[in-house]
Amino acid sequence: MANVILEKLTKKFDDVIAVNAIDLEIKDKEFVVLVGPSGCGKSTTLRMVAGLEEITEGNIYIGGRLVNDVAPKDRNIAMVFQNYALYPHMTVYKNMAFGLKLRKFPKSEIDERVRRAAKILGIEQLLDRKPKQLSGGQRQRVAVGRAIVRDPEVFLFDEPLSNLDAKLRVAMRGELVKLHHRLETTMIYVTHDQVEAMTMGDRIVIMKDGLIQQVGAPLEVYDHPSNIFVAGFIGSPPMNFFRGTLVPEKDHLFIDMKSFKLKVPDERKKRYERYIRKEVVFGMRPEDIIDSTPEGRSGEWDKTTAVVDVLEPLGAEVMLELSKGEHSFTARVDPHTNSRVHQEITVYFNMGKMHLFDAETEKVI
Amino acid sequence: MAAVGETFTKKLFSFYIPLFFFTILMLFPFYWMFITSIKPNRELYNVKSLPFWVFNPTLEHWKYLFKNTLFTRWALNTLFISIVSTAISLISGIMAGYALSRLRFKGASALGIAIFITYLVPPTLLFIPLAEVVHNFNLLDTPWALILTYPTFLIPFCTWLLSGYFKTIPKELEECARIDGATRLQAMIWIILPLATPGILSAGMFAFTLSWNEFIYALVFLSSPTQKTIPVGVVSELIKGDVFFWGSLMAGALFGSIPVALIYSFFVEHYVTGLTGAVKG
Repeated sequence: MANVILEKLTKKFDDVIAVNAIDLEIKDKEFVVLVGPSGCGKSTTLRMVAGLEEITEGNIYIGGRLVNDVAPKDRNIAMVFQNYALYPHMTVYKNMAFGLKLRKFPKSEIDERVRRAAKILGIEQLLDRKPKQLSGGQRQRVAVGRAIVRDPEVFLFDEPLSNLDAKLRVAMRGELVKLHHRLETTMIYVTHDQVEAMTMGDRIVIMKDGLIQQVGAPLEVYDHPSNIFVAGFIGSPPMNFFRGTLVPEKDHLFIDMKSFKLKVPDERKKRYERYIRKEVVFGMRPEDIIDSTPEGRSGEWDKTTAVVDVLEPLGAEVMLELSKGEHSFTARVDPHTNSRVHQEITVYFNMGKMHLFDAETEKVI
Repeated sequence: MAAVGETFTKKLFSFYIPLFFFTILMLFPFYWMFITSIKPNRELYNVKSLPFWVFNPTLEHWKYLFKNTLFTRWALNTLFISIVSTAISLISGIMAGYALSRLRFKGASALGIAIFITYLVPPTLLFIPLAEVVHNFNLLDTPWALILTYPTFLIPFCTWLLSGYFKTIPKELEECARIDGATRLQAMIWIILPLATPGILSAGMFAFTLSWNEFIYALVFLSSPTQKTIPVGVVSELIKGDVFFWGSLMAGALFGSIPVALIYSFFVEHYVTGLTGAVKG
């Protein structure tokens, strides 16, 4: 059991800075997900923790021990790779026993551990097969099995589910979360899929261009994104953004987006004061825009009209793609909506859930 | 029916007929060596007799080859030299190929190209300086003269072929092994080498064939009849002045090519995957 501390961790490939002086503390038994678009440095960070990539600057501590110059085999970690990396010339049993054999465990204990792990993952009947005789999902299980037999202090996952089909991915997602509860071990999980990040992590770390953008519990990040990037990255469909100016009228504040104006809730007036008559970016999640009167709903609402460009019925909900002036945006509405394509409708914005960002720094206000 | 006939005709012209001619072309030298080696001299030197057939087969040339020349000795020399120089070259080639394909160091790709270029320098240029070197080591007219010179062209060849093969093996396998508890060397021995078997076999077979058939260094560095290899021995002892002992020459060539042909036929499958490179995780 161990915590992992990254201190000013930096990785440069020649002139390219892949990871830029990041600081992060992962607590013992925590499930942390590093998420971000490709090239954001998340995999490089994980590989540095694993010891597969040399550190340019900074320190990594695992369980309080500085491991900068410790070989991967001596870090007491296990890693599951995107392509599973099963040894093709060994049976499933030998794949799982390999690490224990190298560590000179007695045969009886190797056997016991392999069979126990196989049982947990439901792959007992596959132990004599070679990797190429397995399906994608089975290979995935074997890869996880190979990691858990060693009983490591930290598990590292590098996009382990991205080679699986959508249905299997959802199932494995659940299983990995269960496994985490069962093993109670520190896990660091890298993915580009924000849904995986939201559903699996105790905390998620959003990265971009080698920098950490925000760290927090999934809902905390979803409800209070720290900048435009995080707001747009987390959540599907992404948050709608509108460029506008903050203007005072009578005793209230409005966001003027040229083709329409929305009233800022009065309790936020003080918070936004500094930005009056300045350019801002107004953000609103699709589920906070509705096409029926918000009567009976809590919160402060304002409305405008918009034209329905596209209507996507998804069964449990309907996505409306709307346009108003130069703005286009998405609303997630009730499946029994009366709105039709090309129709001009009235849409209501839940202003209590509004987000406002500095147009220059892109940081939340 | 028409469709079946069509595909057969198409296959006949695009596959069977070319294959037939190709097979004839490839096997004809062996056939020629064989019938020449069992032809009595009166048929061999009779311009009126049909050259493609033998009417009174005889083993006299074979007997001459094995009794009156040191052919068995040459074969043993060739075998010893080929095996040792192949082993040296394979071991060095594996190490160098692995380093070039896996380790990140400055000038790795330049070094790779430089190694390959040394392979392109022709032996006809190198044998004079190498003779000087071999002479300085007092190794002239010993098998070691060849065992030490053959790797000069075998190592670059093995290195090049193997580094290409190692690159086809996903590096995650090795990384995973290193996390599992292996050192780099252990990961190489337990994971990479078993997976590279086809590549290693191909490189080994090529190296073996090249040293088995090598002529110029063997001709220059070996002089006493007991030290010679098959290619040199057959040519120097069975051509006396301008007299060619055609029957025994061909018998020598035939027996000289049998071991190589056997090796290839045993490992043909590995050999093909070795050159096409196919490791799937």
